[in-house]
Amino acid sequence: MSDNNNSFVRHEMLSERAPPIGERGVFKWARENLFSSIFNTIMTIASVWVIYSITVGVAPWFFNGVWNAETTRECYEILDGVNGACFAVLQERFPQLIYGFKYPSTEYWRPNLATILLLVALAPVLFRSLPKGLLVFSVIYPFLAYWLIWGGTILIPTVAFVGCCIGVACYRKFSSGAFVTAILLGLFSAYLCWFLGGYLISWNDAFLSLKEVPSRDMGGFMLNLLLGTIAVSLSIPLGITLALGRQSNMPIIKWICVVFIEFIRGVPLITLLFVANVILAFFFPPETSIDLILRVIIMMTFFNSAYIAEVVRGGLAALPSGQYEAANSLGLDYSQSMRFIILPQALKISIPGIVNVSVGMLKDTTLVSIISMFDLVGMIRGPILSSTDWNGVYWELFGAAAAIFFVVCFTVSKYSQWLERQLETGKH
Amino acid sequence: MTDKLKLEVSDEIAIKIESMNKWFGSFHVLRDIDLTVNRGERIVVCGPSGSGKSTLIRCINALEEHQNGQIIVDGTELTSDIKNIDKIRSEVGMCFQHFNLFPHLSILENCTLAPIWVRKIPKREAEETAMHFLEKVKIPEQANKYPGQLSGGQQQRVAIARSLCMRPRIMLFDEPTSALDPEMIKEVLDTMIELAEDGMTMICVTHEMGFARQVANRVIFMDDGQIVEQNEPEQFFNNPQSDRTKLFLSQILGH
Repeated sequence: MSDNNNSFVRHEMLSERAPPIGERGVFKWARENLFSSIFNTIMTIASVWVIYSITVGVAPWFFNGVWNAETTRECYEILDGVNGACFAVLQERFPQLIYGFKYPSTEYWRPNLATILLLVALAPVLFRSLPKGLLVFSVIYPFLAYWLIWGGTILIPTVAFVGCCIGVACYRKFSSGAFVTAILLGLFSAYLCWFLGGYLISWNDAFLSLKEVPSRDMGGFMLNLLLGTIAVSLSIPLGITLALGRQSNMPIIKWICVVFIEFIRGVPLITLLFVANVILAFFFPPETSIDLILRVIIMMTFFNSAYIAEVVRGGLAALPSGQYEAANSLGLDYSQSMRFIILPQALKISIPGIVNVSVGMLKDTTLVSIISMFDLVGMIRGPILSSTDWNGVYWELFGAAAAIFFVVCFTVSKYSQWLERQLETGKH
Repeated sequence: MTDKLKLEVSDEIAIKIESMNKWFGSFHVLRDIDLTVNRGERIVVCGPSGSGKSTLIRCINALEEHQNGQIIVDGTELTSDIKNIDKIRSEVGMCFQHFNLFPHLSILENCTLAPIWVRKIPKREAEETAMHFLEKVKIPEQANKYPGQLSGGQQQRVAIARSLCMRPRIMLFDEPTSALDPEMIKEVLDTMIELAEDGMTMICVTHEMGFARQVANRVIFMDDGQIVEQNEPEQFFNNPQSDRTKLFLSQILGH
């Protein structure tokens, strides 16, 4: 070897240079993601072509859309042969799509206010960084929302609320003793309160009264949101209870839970809704009439909670048995170890599943249109499309319904992803 | 290894097990176990895997149920009565092979949860106690981290601190160093030695024979669900009586 080759001294330091143009920013991204092989290049070009054709096809229809017209015919006259949508129906029938066709238009502020307050009530539940004091409002909210949406005297929800409070207080006071006694005493005191409250209401049923709106007058997206929110928020605690019951050592509790879950999961929701609508009435004495919405909510809650129970059971099964043992060995009793150790971890694992099931539930509320309730889809299929004014505007109406549901469901799923990241406590 | 600990053992009985039997299904795991542990004793239980040593100490705080015989811990008999079980569990601390810390709670919360909810100690006081014991196991600076962010040895020391926060009178260790890297074993053993120096009654399932020689006042050898031999460490290691013990010792000390 030559003697010079191995020795080298640098006299000038090299300055920093930018990477070649193909290795930075958008070029690098495009090369790696769109044109990394011949097949991918073909797919990219094909996809661009598909997106282009759809856009070219839909854009004129969308942008030529008519927003102000009274009927389909007027729409076509304005369009005058041009390809265009008839969005005027959304404008003209907006209140019907949102509130249904019977909800008194002077009272629209009530569901609006209830929806805004719903967000306020949900905030402390969904975001744990908010002060815990706000939860008081979340507890009051269901009673307030009932009064706002259904109307009537404020005494009804007040008595219901006071009864619940007294029941819980009574349970708390006796919970150090026998569990069953405490539950029974709680239920009894709550019932006593409701019973006495009944006299108070019949004595003064105009006190702070809002115009009463019967359940059959509810409709539109309000009905979807109402059913979805109530069914989901009731079915999460019920589902957790069922999942824990299914793991119980006590055979009776275990079998009740197993049979309930397996039965409900084996039956289509639409069947349960028909049961709620028609058959359930046969089981009650003729003079009692249980509200149709209430019956539907019960069925939807049962349906959703059976699914949530299975999701939570998966989460419970995924926990190592060491967690149960550690909790036991520290002397925590069953409810403490569930509350502080097992459920927080099991539910964290179950979040994607619970959200999946619940978003499904929210969309399934549209099935009530089949048992002649006028929810968003029911309104479109029924009163709007069958009216002579708006014959044949399918795309605009169902597109709008899809958009509304998409916004709500997408928000929920984004929230759940955020929550999962929040609960991450660091692995190795 | 340092010198053998010289510690006093009182006459007071901490744990008394009398002709206790346990079956898993039809498999007879523990056979006629008789064992009396005085307060202040440090007992090391060893034996081949499947010999029932873990099951034995898990029976002492009712993580496993025994089918007949008697277990009396601190004067309370273990029956299926949930009140007795809870009472005994709050007197007896336990450390596991896989630590079993609560991954969703910070180190401090891991240590304060049981004192606050079982012992009903005010939160501030529980936190002070927790910091005291975290200092004792030499990791107070990790108090606000989560278990997943700690090394195995640190996690096991937290687990010990967590048990100590309940102020137990007896500590059970179920192979506390078996899941650790060699260099982390020492830090955990040091913590356990300190605990022994403070006079804690300890029953320890372990294969750390150095620890047994240094700390234990009695070594118990188990095989096939029965106690085959028990003796002082010197006698046990230098002059084993049973053939089964000799074979076992030659296998674990042979290389």
